[in-house]
Amino acid sequence: MIVEFGHFTLVLAFMVALVQTVLPLWGAYRRDTRLMAVADPAAVIQLLLIATSFAALTYAFVSNDFSVKLVVENSHTTKPMLYQFAGVWGNHEGSLLLWVLILAFFGACAAWFGGNLPATLKARVLAVQGSIGVAFLGFMLLTSNPFLRLANPPMNGDDLNPLLQDPGLAFHPPFLYLGYVGLSMSFSFAIAALLEGRVDAAWGRWVRPWTLGAWIFLTIGIAMGSWWAYYELGWGGFWFWDPVENASFMPWLIAAGLLHSAIVVEKRESLKAWTILLAILAFGFSLTGTFIVRSGAITSVHAFANDPARGVFILGILAFFMGGALTLFALRANALDAKGVFSMISRETALVANNLLLAVSAFVVFVGTIWPLVAELVFQRKLSVGQPFFDAAFPPFMVILAIILPVGAMLPWKRAELRRVLRLLTGPLVLTLALAALIWAVQTGRSALGPVGAGLGAWVVMGAAVDLWQRAGRGGVLDRLARLTRLPRADWGKATAHAGLGITIFAVAAINAWATEDIRVVKIGETFPLGRYDVTLQAVNTLEGPNYTTTMADMRVTKAGAEVTVLHPEKRFYPVQAMPTTEAAIRQGVFEDLYLVIGDAQDGGGYAVRSYIKPFADWIWAGSLLMALGGILSLSDRRFRAAAGARKPLAVAAE
Amino acid sequence: MRALILALMLIAAPALAVQPGEMLADPALEARARAISENLRCPVCQGETIDDSNAPISRDLRLAVRERLVAGDSDTQVVDYVVARYGEFVLFKPRASGSSLILWLAGPAMLLAGAGIAFAALRRRAVAPEAAALSDEDKARLADLLQK
Repeated sequence: MIVEFGHFTLVLAFMVALVQTVLPLWGAYRRDTRLMAVADPAAVIQLLLIATSFAALTYAFVSNDFSVKLVVENSHTTKPMLYQFAGVWGNHEGSLLLWVLILAFFGACAAWFGGNLPATLKARVLAVQGSIGVAFLGFMLLTSNPFLRLANPPMNGDDLNPLLQDPGLAFHPPFLYLGYVGLSMSFSFAIAALLEGRVDAAWGRWVRPWTLGAWIFLTIGIAMGSWWAYYELGWGGFWFWDPVENASFMPWLIAAGLLHSAIVVEKRESLKAWTILLAILAFGFSLTGTFIVRSGAITSVHAFANDPARGVFILGILAFFMGGALTLFALRANALDAKGVFSMISRETALVANNLLLAVSAFVVFVGTIWPLVAELVFQRKLSVGQPFFDAAFPPFMVILAIILPVGAMLPWKRAELRRVLRLLTGPLVLTLALAALIWAVQTGRSALGPVGAGLGAWVVMGAAVDLWQRAGRGGVLDRLARLTRLPRADWGKATAHAGLGITIFAVAAINAWATEDIRVVKIGETFPLGRYDVTLQAVNTLEGPNYTTTMADMRVTKAGAEVTVLHPEKRFYPVQAMPTTEAAIRQGVFEDLYLVIGDAQDGGGYAVRSYIKPFADWIWAGSLLMALGGILSLSDRRFRAAAGARKPLAVAAE
Repeated sequence: MRALILALMLIAAPALAVQPGEMLADPALEARARAISENLRCPVCQGETIDDSNAPISRDLRLAVRERLVAGDSDTQVVDYVVARYGEFVLFKPRASGSSLILWLAGPAMLLAGAGIAFAALRRRAVAPEAAALSDEDKARLADLLQK
């Protein structure tokens, strides 16, 4: 009964979304305030209805209702409680329900917090948001209904894919979706602005928090996914350039560009058309990502749901929204004239370069991701594009970006003198080159990746520090320190996020350049050297977990005779899905991770053991979290909150 | 559903793909074998290198690569040997030839085109900023005022 009720509210939500699309749009066109006023309650009701559906599906999962097809396919009575919940979105239908729930949540947020928006703009934003809801609710009801019942319910379910039974992955999809779907807000604002025919500084200020929020969630979501891959997949990789990873990375890159160009709109009323285009593309890449993940058109390690019919439907949604948006853009972009003029050397130009590099790098990822499909369809060549290609084709753009970042970040608006900024950065530049040279000298014979990565990282981090220090003005050190604490949060956010990027660049280079790997057969009681450590395989035991059996090794790690730690790598077997997984044992350290993996028992006795030393591994995610933290600091800046109160009297004065 | 589970079992095979027994005693040769394997795709899996894959055919390929290396082939010869048998599908980094040139040149070409367009647009927009600039005298006064 509860399941049917959830199904019913989902259908109702579809109807409400239709109303939310049509009436406010018509109302904004006719300047009819009553019709426009429908948007607010519709958005809130849509959220409540979808939340009810979601609660109903969650209930079906938690209560192990095996008459529901989806529950049978993705759950089992022995599954731990956390994954009973996470199982709701660990599959195609449920994850779509989460998708539309978040979409409706953002719509409702726009209704709640959009009080200071002009009435027509707000009505149009909510209408566009509603139309996305119509498309995806229709998609769910027609091709991917989570509430289907079975005529003959089985006694138990098929369980969730064991790889997904992990806390990191339980919360990875919600964050990622908050990011993906959050970009729908920037999209709705862009379309609404095109319909209004007006983009001004106020628009830039309204759209930036939404983009920033979506970008923060995407950053956290991607970092979580990469961390999960690092410890769960068992060979210590953290990024595989898999189509599904790329699907989340492309919107991240575009959203990062959008964040920066929206600043130019807000502060200088320039780059308007470009910013609108980026807002459209960012959501376009989100939809493309959804298409890639949900259709399985581009086969990937993650393609948990492959169904061509669904693929065609999503492709239709993608074509409709992107085709419509880009046509509208082509018709209206000319009306968006720029006000602010700026010279060739200025903060604006630096941000144009930032946008160009981010957009091109997203384009490279896009071309690489779809190239196998294009090559097969157009050139009849069956080929693969994988990690080695991206490792060669992507980093150059990031290197250029990192080189210009500290300089661009300190250039003044409108008109700048390059020499003055370069003089401020002389210290960091000298230190950077010295560091790179030192590393180059110490690690003779290895690749240039290490010194280059360390140099770039140091350059970006020191650049961020100099930028902050410069913002603190002149005078004595104490005065400056005091002023540092009173700087706007946005300044701190900028420096923090940039420093985070520098740290991540350094860590990625370091782990690739300096990792140690060792593969060998080890008998019980045997000791082998691993870098500066000695590792002893003490015992291997078979144990029972809640829904798996495990072969667990006890491995003692010593350094110069002194015990460092005892690690327990596991090899698990999940009988319901008949699937083995590897649980690497990791000793995390500030400067390096010890990463041990136990493999199969060998014919001649002993076990296959893979061990790694991964230098600076955790710095990758620390850097990502710093980027997200920078975003949060920037989002909490007074400017965004104060603006809400300040606008109303201003608008009155203007009238 | 059965097919999906089967496929998942294949994908999610345990990670100990390169078995210790397969490795060559000569560390230099083994390092070359690993470097070559990183660019070779398991022909039957979903996007895994032969190093990471547990499929029997990947094991055969790993052994074949090492056999050719021991026989004295160069890296290119080894890769050619595998490509001749399994097609360019097994290369994760497509060769920059024929239509794949598009793939390799797309990024740099777009960067150049974008930079060109941006440069032209900026030049048009930068309306005589020199006229608005401060004279040296004004600059000196400004600096003086800021000092106070």
